[in-house]
Amino acid sequence: MGVRTTLRVNDTTHELFVDPRLTLLDALRDTLGLTGTKKGCDQGACGACTVIIGGQRVLSCLTLAAACEGQHVVTIEGLATGDELHPMQAAFLHCDGFQCGYCTPGQILSAVCAVQEVHAGVPSHVTPDVRHTVNSATLTDEEIRERMSGNLCRCAAYPNIVAAVRQVLLNEPRS
Amino acid sequence: MKEFTFERFARAADAAGAVAARPGAMFLAGGTTLVDLMKIDVLTPDTVVDVRPLGLSGIDVWDHAISVGAAVTNSQLAWHPVVRDRYPVLAEAILAGATTQIRNMATVAGNILQRTRCSYFRDVHASCNRRQPGSGCDAIDGFNRGHAVLGVSEHCIATHPSDMCVGLAVLDAVVHTVRADGSARSIPFGEFHHVPGDTPHVEFALEYGELITHLVIPNLPAARRSHYLKVRDRASYEFALASAAVVLDLDGDTIRAARLGLGGIATKPWRATEAEQSLTGRKASDATFRDAAEIALAGAVAREHNHFKIELAKRAIVRAFANAREAKV
Repeated sequence: MGVRTTLRVNDTTHELFVDPRLTLLDALRDTLGLTGTKKGCDQGACGACTVIIGGQRVLSCLTLAAACEGQHVVTIEGLATGDELHPMQAAFLHCDGFQCGYCTPGQILSAVCAVQEVHAGVPSHVTPDVRHTVNSATLTDEEIRERMSGNLCRCAAYPNIVAAVRQVLLNEPRS
Repeated sequence: MKEFTFERFARAADAAGAVAARPGAMFLAGGTTLVDLMKIDVLTPDTVVDVRPLGLSGIDVWDHAISVGAAVTNSQLAWHPVVRDRYPVLAEAILAGATTQIRNMATVAGNILQRTRCSYFRDVHASCNRRQPGSGCDAIDGFNRGHAVLGVSEHCIATHPSDMCVGLAVLDAVVHTVRADGSARSIPFGEFHHVPGDTPHVEFALEYGELITHLVIPNLPAARRSHYLKVRDRASYEFALASAAVVLDLDGDTIRAARLGLGGIATKPWRATEAEQSLTGRKASDATFRDAAEIALAGAVAREHNHFKIELAKRAIVRAFANAREAKV
């Protein structure tokens, strides 16, 4: 039996009637035609399907669309303001942070949130003392890699992805 | 994926009642276990009840304990300043697991209820006593490099994969639940998970339809000197080959008391109580820690591909305690 779901994606609200089995990933791509979010593994192992819900980065392939009632989803299509790229998009271009581009939307959304998490000072698995507050000026490459470890890249653009994240960390003022 | 009915309720007792009244119903929280296993037909509920609207998502801080709502996400718990300050082992354990995306989705109760990653459990064409009682265990004579050496039986050697649970085990958390009739009860963490024994399909001390509402983690001043150490093939985004959660209460270089939890090597989140007790009053040296590690792994039973875990776990125990000893608290 279908489920009525009101879903806000970027700046548009959609009234959907969905099969409960429909994942958010398939809802975005097939129902709404927003194909920027990619299906890599479809089992929560690669991060290509990363979107932002309620300000948090999550995997859309393991999220049921029906469970997103009333939530705000941001996809890669929602980052730019008209023709003006988001600083993270600009950084990925400037640092050449991709080859085939398939993982790239997930990388960019994940990186946007990773920067916010650094500004919030929260620790990661490689932070020596979880009591300490990290900051963007002193964050190591090891920290960036750990915080981005949920996004795989088979083209191995990792060094340039790290550079793009660092560019935004150093240039973007704290929100 | 098999078709199912999707439901949500406003009150926890109503959600519990809905599941209890419907055979083949399951609760949905973050979806990182349930949706994953439904996609490969390991779990096939007829009804899925979404628990996130129930509002079980607060963290209350008191002097004597903290209370953590069942739907608090792994990230929220790990990043909470009181958790980082009072229970660093728990923050470290959570942060060692999965990825930020998964930790943002996965709830505390869901982490406690996660299922094994055994590839035979996850393959409906394989024999698995946990998934289908009496069907056999393909892991015992199969590819068992990641499987358990503690708490195993002739029927199941599946590893409990959680990092967070090893932290909760050493902190003596208490799981609080509500049942369909509205009654509440509490289950000490050490009693929540079952070893497989003769009934690998019985994993948890929950009644059908019983819903976890919150955890209570008692205050433990000694936990300021605590640490989680995880050993795995990759640097990130992988389950443990072996892990150790330690709490070390020191008086100079003498151990007043210690706690030891083990992950990646056991069929449930493991508490090595005999090893802990052996440390009381001893000098906090690596040799002492090694003696405790020998006790902790004394009952280990290895299979063809996982014998290395026994020595690996012993070294992880020594390193974890040594790190805790050196910590500046």
